[in-house]
Amino acid sequence: MSHTATAIDTRRTDGASDGGRRLHALLVEFETPSAIKEAARRIRDAGFVRWDTHTPFPVHGIDEQMGIQRTKLPLLVFACGAVGCLTGLVLQWWTNASNVDLPAALNFIRGYPFQVSGKPFWSLPANIPVIFELTVLFSAFGAVFGMLVLNDLPKHYNPLFRSQRFRRVTDDRFFLCVETADPSYDPQHTPALLRSLGGTAVEEVYDEPTPPAPTRIVNRVLVVLLCLALIPPAIIAKARVSRSDSPRIHLIQDMDNQEKFKTQRAYPLFADQRVMRLPVAGAVARGELGDDAHFERGIVGNGYAEQFPAHRPEVRLTAEFLQRGHDKYGVYCAPCHGFDGSGQGRINQRAIELEEPAWVAAAALTDAERRSRPVGHLFNTITNGIRTMGPYGDRISPEDRWAIVAYVRALQRAHYPRAGDLAAVENIGPRERDGGE
Amino acid sequence: MRTTDNNGREFDNTADDPRQRAELVTGGLGFADVTEVVSNVAERPRPPLAWYVALAISVSLLGVLGAMILYLFSTGVGVWNLNNPVCWGFDITNFVFWVGIGHAGTLISAILFLFRQKWRTGINRMAEAMTIFAVICALLFPGIHVGRVWLAYWMGPLPNQMAMWPQFRSPLLWDVFAVGTYFTVSLMFWYVGMIPDLATLRDRARGKIQQVAYGLLALGWTGSSRNWHRFEIAYLLLAALSTPLVLSVHSVVSFDFAVSQLPGWHTTIFPPYFVAGAIFGGFAMVVTLAVPSRALFGLKNVITLRHLENMNKIILVTGSMVGYAYAMEFFIAWYSGNLYERFTFMSRALGPFAWAYWTMIGCNVVAPQLFWFKFFRTHIWAMLLPVMCVNVGMWFERFVIIVTSLSADFLPSSWGGYYPSWVELLTLAGSFGLFMTLFLLFIRFLPSIAMAEIKTVMPQAEGKGPRGFDYNPDEYESPGRVLATGGSH
Repeated sequence: MSHTATAIDTRRTDGASDGGRRLHALLVEFETPSAIKEAARRIRDAGFVRWDTHTPFPVHGIDEQMGIQRTKLPLLVFACGAVGCLTGLVLQWWTNASNVDLPAALNFIRGYPFQVSGKPFWSLPANIPVIFELTVLFSAFGAVFGMLVLNDLPKHYNPLFRSQRFRRVTDDRFFLCVETADPSYDPQHTPALLRSLGGTAVEEVYDEPTPPAPTRIVNRVLVVLLCLALIPPAIIAKARVSRSDSPRIHLIQDMDNQEKFKTQRAYPLFADQRVMRLPVAGAVARGELGDDAHFERGIVGNGYAEQFPAHRPEVRLTAEFLQRGHDKYGVYCAPCHGFDGSGQGRINQRAIELEEPAWVAAAALTDAERRSRPVGHLFNTITNGIRTMGPYGDRISPEDRWAIVAYVRALQRAHYPRAGDLAAVENIGPRERDGGE
Repeated sequence: MRTTDNNGREFDNTADDPRQRAELVTGGLGFADVTEVVSNVAERPRPPLAWYVALAISVSLLGVLGAMILYLFSTGVGVWNLNNPVCWGFDITNFVFWVGIGHAGTLISAILFLFRQKWRTGINRMAEAMTIFAVICALLFPGIHVGRVWLAYWMGPLPNQMAMWPQFRSPLLWDVFAVGTYFTVSLMFWYVGMIPDLATLRDRARGKIQQVAYGLLALGWTGSSRNWHRFEIAYLLLAALSTPLVLSVHSVVSFDFAVSQLPGWHTTIFPPYFVAGAIFGGFAMVVTLAVPSRALFGLKNVITLRHLENMNKIILVTGSMVGYAYAMEFFIAWYSGNLYERFTFMSRALGPFAWAYWTMIGCNVVAPQLFWFKFFRTHIWAMLLPVMCVNVGMWFERFVIIVTSLSADFLPSSWGGYYPSWVELLTLAGSFGLFMTLFLLFIRFLPSIAMAEIKTVMPQAEGKGPRGFDYNPDEYESPGRVLATGGSH
């Protein structure tokens, strides 16, 4: 500190003053925070606007001395936080709970209602953590980038950096800087005023028409990097709009290409070079063994069978046969279709209560449509399934399927009896009625 | 412990005297001395030999990590010993361990800032850097454990032709957002705080490369008071945002376990218990790093013994909280009357992983109790014993929670054991290499102490004499005068 303690010198940053150099500002150097606070108050009172103090650390109380208005940054941060909160809310609702139809071109951002353990599609408590995190994230972006933008940073070129003395501003010196562009600046009076502030030095800072070499180099590097950074997005954009005959680049193989022989490829070890072997002579495909289409598939000619396959000894419309149909119906059909065939089984009731999106309500087996169907049609539905109902052909033997069909017919008859049916029931005793159903 | 005060007198920095505040910077340093001491770390032509040795070891371990990850990627997750039922082992243990370490940095930089604990200025930069590097290590593990790593981007909500979105009701996805936000915000907090100090290094730099590099990073900072005003508000806001954030992060990590139905995981105590454990383990790591750093780079007057003692006190407090949580877990397991819960806890203490459980109790509950004694709080070698125990114990805590619960749950027929493969062991060792490499580079090339912040807590900053309490009415700014001069504060 000894080299500046006594002299209040006015000197240029370097000797020459050739054309193009322009006086940018006057710097006054101080050694203590209290000295600069006092000086700041005087400059503020003198009515300057384009001036500032530069300190190695935030000097407390200097804001009032300089008349700095409180920044609007907190409001900006609040706005960013609100946007983050909404983003979290809308993002989660859109991706997990919405089902809005979009034009085909926008299908890649279409939402998908996720069904998880029968919970509602949209349940706020589970979405709070992500909403909270995004609120904090956006607020923090607002605080950091808002501060930088309001502070006019990054600003890598500043005429003040031409001053050697100013380098101590980040160490232990305090500077007051008045720009010549200030409307109150006066070539005669302002330097005198600054000298009277009691600083250890007053210095003129000149600006030059060309920025220094490092700044120019850095700018060029930045431009080149920016151009290079544009190449990948350009390539991607081109690939998305153009067609190509070559296969896509397959960087990660996963298990897509394996060392094995696939259908339709040549296999040198066999004489016919086929990978897929032909069935051995006399082989029978599944389901093709039986030649009794009526009994095994419910088909007669080109349509569904209207009659039970009475030519088969297994199918006899007796009380035992109906009882077997009743048992099998209770095992395989009643959970969805209900014991009475009304379509109100427990599974169906629960799925409808939960509003399962993929659920197709179980049919009422006793309605007019099902009553009018030929028995072969009912048999075919049990065998191959329909809509969300799975095929039962592999689980229930053909005679049992016919027994179920017979029992369904009995249910239908019980719901819609023909004239005289009631009298027939009344003629038999109550015990038999309960047992026989 | 004797040290010199600002008038050159010897005094005990760790003694509590209600008549005066203990000095935060010892050795009679002024503004320029602080700049000199701290910048010297980055400016000296050669760091001490110990730094080279440490860097060589760390980089070797980092190479091991790289090799292990390459092996994992090229062969598949089968190189780890994970299988049913223990499908999380070292990978998630390491994740929770590292992310917990990070929490102490945020606590120091944000929570102690809001509580106006001025002593934080000596250690906050180092602790924040530790946070960043620990979270990098933490993010590594969930990233590489997913099997097909090249599809890890499926964790993010990216639009695609299949309308496939992440499932937002899963704690694993909350984790992606929580840890991702935590890393981003910590990085910004760290960098923003460093801008003025990077400007210091820029202004002192002699070589061209240093000038350009520090110049770019300092963003053209001039220490303008108008800039400081917004800087301080932004810093305060970041602290206020980081405080609930840090509490949320380890709570969300604990949800990964607590939201499941596994005995030993399905408990409501997990969020506070995890947060306390994270701060506990993190402070132990800060002390572990601060002790050699201050010795090697001559920072003993800035990171004083009192700083270390304060941290040791926090370790004692949080360690006792963690011990209470362990006891409470056991109590609830008994009190709930839940057969499976009881079994899990009995199995932890007495079953095949009892050795890990008792290591955890010894390191986390018993060892920190030594800090009741001032001798252990204020002697370097004595404090390293409990601190190293805590580093080990907190890793074992996560191991015990994860592996014991998974290995023996409801059905005895589906129980199974677990031991790590050599790949898992070397990956853990390698993650320390990554962490230490980053930290050693940081301490050598970046401002490892928050110079500008330290200057604000020095007595000279308030226009006082070097002793702080030398009252000078002409220079001292009383609170009343601040109000009188007005402004829109």
